[in-house]
Amino acid sequence: MTVTREATKTFGLTEKQLVEMQYKMLLARAVSVRQRMLQRMGRGPMTFSGEGHEAVQVGTASALRPGTDWVFAYYRDVAVALTVGMTPRDILRGFFARRDDVSSGGRNMPSHFSHRDLRIVSGSAPICTQVPHAVGAALAAKLRRLDEISVAYFGDGATSTGDWHESMNFAGVHKLPVVFVCEHNNYAISVPWRKQAAIENVAIRAAGYGFPGVTINGNDVLEVYGTMTEAVKRARAGEGPTLIEAKTYRLMPHSSDDDDRRYRTREEVEHWGAKDPLVAYARQLREIGVLDEKSEKDLNDRVNAEVDEATDEVEQEPTPDPASALRHVFVEREGA
Amino acid sequence: MAEKTMVEAVRDAMFEEMKRDERIILMGEDVGQGGVFRASEGFVAEFGEDRCMDTPLAESCIVGAAIGASLNGIIPIAELQFADFSHPAFDQIVSEAARLHYRSDGTWSCPITIRTPYGSGIHGGPYHSQSIEAFYAHVPGLKVICVASPYDAKGLLKSAIRDPNPVIFLEHKKAYRAFRQEVPDEDYTIPIGEAEVKSEGSDITLITYGMMTHHSIKAAETLEQEDGTSVEVIDLRTVSPWDKERVLESVKKTGKALIVYEDNITGGFGAEVAATIAQDAFDFLDGPVTRVASPDVPISPYSSILEEYILPNPEKIAEAIRKLAAY
Repeated sequence: MTVTREATKTFGLTEKQLVEMQYKMLLARAVSVRQRMLQRMGRGPMTFSGEGHEAVQVGTASALRPGTDWVFAYYRDVAVALTVGMTPRDILRGFFARRDDVSSGGRNMPSHFSHRDLRIVSGSAPICTQVPHAVGAALAAKLRRLDEISVAYFGDGATSTGDWHESMNFAGVHKLPVVFVCEHNNYAISVPWRKQAAIENVAIRAAGYGFPGVTINGNDVLEVYGTMTEAVKRARAGEGPTLIEAKTYRLMPHSSDDDDRRYRTREEVEHWGAKDPLVAYARQLREIGVLDEKSEKDLNDRVNAEVDEATDEVEQEPTPDPASALRHVFVEREGA
Repeated sequence: MAEKTMVEAVRDAMFEEMKRDERIILMGEDVGQGGVFRASEGFVAEFGEDRCMDTPLAESCIVGAAIGASLNGIIPIAELQFADFSHPAFDQIVSEAARLHYRSDGTWSCPITIRTPYGSGIHGGPYHSQSIEAFYAHVPGLKVICVASPYDAKGLLKSAIRDPNPVIFLEHKKAYRAFRQEVPDEDYTIPIGEAEVKSEGSDITLITYGMMTHHSIKAAETLEQEDGTSVEVIDLRTVSPWDKERVLESVKKTGKALIVYEDNITGGFGAEVAATIAQDAFDFLDGPVTRVASPDVPISPYSSILEEYILPNPEKIAEAIRKLAAY
């Protein structure tokens, strides 16, 4: 069978890059599944799932320059963290609250990703508080004339908050180099979108802030990547912010403490399960001849081995020194 | 050395710091026009609109954007027009600015200063009069300063701007133009967390801060003259961290403690001072640890007759000193 590779559909990505995106999605999925398993076995505390969101996360984060561009992620963004450069060990150290947890040293809940060298900024749990920070980092980049952009990630729930509106508005006024990525999964925990807003697509709000907003299929990693590349280009060219609304679905309950059967039908979940971005992308890669049965299996094996190894090692790592709980309330000055 | 008002001293501190370090910016509502109290008069002409930035009317975003900018090499001074309007930014201050360093195990920090006029006694009604220091003194990770004099304002604001932690800098608005004081033209700082003994005394220790310092000094002078009671007045100047050592040392000397603050009495910062004295100086006490503060009604009603009825003043403080001295 002859394979036609359409450069327009793969946005000039090399085969290696195309496979890398599938690898990151698989890795994120495997790390999430592993955490849920460990939680059920009583070996870990609680989990927050980003399963189903991988295409939005990998597609957008693949368009960034790690360590240069600023990432303000939220708790579903495990695939963003992994794509920018965190490792399964980094993620699991947070999950097990180990001493060497790079995100927080065991202080923040799992899935609150942070990595200074990668410019993934520590976040909190109140929804949308990170978005003004993304705007502020972009403001600093603009004032200092740095070639850096800032990305704010959030779910559809965040779009109801005051911080969201205030941030969009501020970024619009100052034409800041920031991209707003809405991972629209149709639920704020249990509250469906129709009870959150009276509009179908939140992207139309961007017009009210004076910059473009676009609604895309968040389960198509290449469409996401292509859209993000354009938004990043605009930001870097000084043309201002973009709001990307990527429609996707949370395949799992909100957290390990949530029972989504109370608010979603199984039919709905199955409907979206059939659109699983990992399955869709694997099919796409096979169609264009980048993956075959063997290389796909190798990729899966590699991911599973990596997560197995990370779990075994990290679980054995030391916990924090109890007295360290008193440290870092304030910046400890040199010599102090 | 020139005599200056407090608002001039605040302006000088910011102006000199912004001249010294180009990473420092001022952002807030109306700051481009000099601000409603004229603290940034002439800043746009000197520093441009980028460094004296008018923002949309959105306090949470002013603080949130300041936090974000501080992560990327800017040192922001965020001005909130009145302390009463800082409440929309409470989440950004408490959940974000205060906790960022701790929750990231010391890897991120946000060196921002949040300036805001606070306090009553200016006929400002329930939304231009509040004292907010107790909210923030309760939160680990924040430093909280209360100034009510030109000299302290300049020295402490410089320290706040240079501090690598988030600092809430509260300027008592009644003191902005109420009086002048000699303020050095040259650069100086006052350490955060250091109280000042305003007058030495041997019978009673009076612990206070903000505008109440001025009322307390007046009351102490009256008592000295009329009753011969010797009152040691301590101005905390900083409520977080606060100068426990200085306060305890004085109480151990006098055996009596009177705490005066403008805020509502329940849960006001003076309650913390009282508890500390009761616990750490119990053996030295020769009378009840006493508080003079505003009653628990929203501060403050607009009518000056109502407002004056509520607020502590030199007479109420003098009466409390007399009562305590009688033990």
